Amino acid sequence: MRRRHIQILALILSVVGFGLAYLKFNNLGFPLRPDEKSFIWTAEARVEFEGQRRASTVHLQLPADPGEFINLDEYFIARNYGLNVEKHGRKRVAEWSIRQARGPQRLFYQVELAQAPMAGGESAGVEKPPQAPDKPYYPEALAQVVEGLLNNVRSESSNIFTFVSQLLVRLNNSSSDSDIKSITKGITPGTEEWVQRIRYILAGAKISTRMVRGLPLEEGRVNESLVPWLEVHNGDRWEGFNPLTGEKGYPANFLRWSFNDDPILEVEHGRNVGINFAVSRRPQALTLIAHDSATAMKSSLVSWSLYKLPMNTQYTYRILIMVPLGALVVLFMRTIIGVPTFGTFMPILIAMAFRETGLLWGIGLFLAIVGVGLLFRFYLNHLHLLLVARLSAVLTLVIIMMLAISLLSNELGLIQGFSIALFPVVILTMVIERMSISWDESGAVEAFKQGFGSLAVAVLGYLVMTNDQAQHLMFVFPELLLVVLAIAILFGSYTGYRLNELFRFRDLALEVEKKDAGAGTGE
Amino acid sequence: MLGLGLASKLRKAGVVGINARNRRYIMHHNPRSLYELVDDKVLTKRLAMQANIAVPKLYGLIRTVHDARDFQKGIEGINDFVIKPAHGSGGNGIMVIARRKNQLFYKTDGLAIDAEAVRHHIVNVLSGMYSLGGQPDQAIIEYRVHFDPVFNSLSYNGVPDIRVLVYRGVPAMAMLRLPTRQSGGRANLHQGAVGVGIDLKTGVTTLGVYHNRRIAEHPDFDTPLAGCAIPGWDDLLLIAARCYELAPLGYLGVDMVLDARLGPLMLELNARPGLSIQIANGKGLAFRLQAVDAAVANTANAKEKVELSRTLP
Repeated sequence: MRRRHIQILALILSVVGFGLAYLKFNNLGFPLRPDEKSFIWTAEARVEFEGQRRASTVHLQLPADPGEFINLDEYFIARNYGLNVEKHGRKRVAEWSIRQARGPQRLFYQVELAQAPMAGGESAGVEKPPQAPDKPYYPEALAQVVEGLLNNVRSESSNIFTFVSQLLVRLNNSSSDSDIKSITKGITPGTEEWVQRIRYILAGAKISTRMVRGLPLEEGRVNESLVPWLEVHNGDRWEGFNPLTGEKGYPANFLRWSFNDDPILEVEHGRNVGINFAVSRRPQALTLIAHDSATAMKSSLVSWSLYKLPMNTQYTYRILIMVPLGALVVLFMRTIIGVPTFGTFMPILIAMAFRETGLLWGIGLFLAIVGVGLLFRFYLNHLHLLLVARLSAVLTLVIIMMLAISLLSNELGLIQGFSIALFPVVILTMVIERMSISWDESGAVEAFKQGFGSLAVAVLGYLVMTNDQAQHLMFVFPELLLVVLAIAILFGSYTGYRLNELFRFRDLALEVEKKDAGAGTGE
Repeated sequence: MLGLGLASKLRKAGVVGINARNRRYIMHHNPRSLYELVDDKVLTKRLAMQANIAVPKLYGLIRTVHDARDFQKGIEGINDFVIKPAHGSGGNGIMVIARRKNQLFYKTDGLAIDAEAVRHHIVNVLSGMYSLGGQPDQAIIEYRVHFDPVFNSLSYNGVPDIRVLVYRGVPAMAMLRLPTRQSGGRANLHQGAVGVGIDLKTGVTTLGVYHNRRIAEHPDFDTPLAGCAIPGWDDLLLIAARCYELAPLGYLGVDMVLDARLGPLMLELNARPGLSIQIANGKGLAFRLQAVDAAVANTANAKEKVELSRTLP
């Protein structure tokens, strides 16, 4: 009954812990490794025009909900302009206005983007499938050619997407016959007009299409313009097609800027209007990017993130959040292996003291100070001092020894800035006291066993607690604490033998063996 | 693989490990609130006397440093006595005075000290030097046990005692604990004392354990450990079973001594008795404890519980 209870509890805790961590890893892109880096892209649109000494309004389409990218931040840079941003469905427009535009005008729009962790951000469920277009009325000469082409392609395709691919291949193939060429006569391939022409023909097959214009994000691109692309709806979802080759998909890192046919830029009362785009990127720790994206996505999973805390609090929690892991090491070493230690928490405290001194120095310091401290403690024993006085005396001695070591190493120039924190002093004093008590009560052998057991467990705990990977996982996925809790509960219900008991009771095991052998010969 | 093989052999032998002892038996049967009954030796002694269980006679209890000056009040005309802390553990802080002469006190090793030195020891006890956690303590002055000569050839400078593991009131396993040169006169196994298994039915010693290994002879004297019949075994078992009535801890260690004149005396109770008793008896505890679990409901008193103990596997 209780056993089942514990198992279910542990199961629930680990499922919740791992589940939350998995969601953060999978949906929000939090990295499992501490050193993973990714890029933050900055896309910039620069609008230029000549003012005409009149009131001017600039309409610029902005990327909205780009799907495969997450909009981390955006900046509007335009001196003396009023700004208004409007959003209608997937169309987002910035409206800059000025009372009097004189001379050359320059306006900037910058957006910072991070790759969305989940591919295919196209929210199929949210967007309504478009109405199928009416079949256009083609001019007499064209009608026959289009009809023939569509029929031809239809016979060679199985669904809408292959249909579109086939059609695009034919339209782009220079060796196609002159009839097909006449469809696109006088249109430069790859332009917006070209895409519109393809849409016009596809409408003949009642296929829903739209033109998107996007910016391929590539490091160091300047003076870029948006690339028109064809998107086709198959009744289920939108899919991109290269209008020049018929290949399905998009260029690498393609930021879809606009989903409609309206002009990207409109300027009222301006001459020599121009727009161009630039792209740059900078590396950033994936953890931070993921955190920013999750915040931008308004995910509730990160509302509890430790990254929201002030920096110095964060630093403290980076240490504290590892303590349960250290406790788990102690728990394992004690209940499964059976290493004798001074209580449960002494090894963790020693391990935390090692954090401040470094491992090798820590061990050296531990052995030296505990050794001398013990000798001093036994001398004090002779004086029959009271407990509190004895503790104070040992504490004083520990500080004197640390002082001596610091001065000596400074004098010899052994180590620069040998850091002595308050923490290890208290812990070493406690170790000396505990060790001498167990020396009195259980003898030297037991005291040394517990002393070295504590030291060994502390070293192991230190290695676990300072492991970069573990630290990263615990700090980024603090919900893993639930898993630690589950493991601790499971260990707590372990009633099997400790490893050292196999050794301790080995004579009893031999007995069973003998008995078995005896029974064997008796038969 | 070797480990797993060993583990399965131990399980087959019914050996109880520390994890199982703590979780299945101590946690389950020993409520924390009752620990004070066994941790405070004065309280244990009082309860035992109320229940008519023989204990070493209490000559005096010293509570304050002021009382310590007059420690001789309770022991006028008494030649030998023992001073020990009420909350001591592992035999620490015990001073045994074997005889007194001309205002001097002679310890068992023959060393003579004056009254001032005895008083100083008592003050140390009061200050909590020997009690766990350094809590202020009380000093007990009590009767010094003259152990039964049957153990003369088996004990090195100290009092051999008999530990009976009492499970839910039923004596489940027993051993004789012999101080050795290494244990410094103490009877604690992990300090180097020898444990000798005792057959529950007959009260005759079997084989011994020394530092977790089976031995056949006393490490100091080379005398054989087996075959020693403990006098008054039935009384000892009954005392052990009755101790459950005064401190109803389901997993209880009862430590007793055999006094040459007074017979069996109960020394102290233990709420966390160790597991080496299994090695001393060459037997795991688990099957016996299971048998007790199965049959204990049919027993009404200590006598019947002792009867049950004789039927254990």
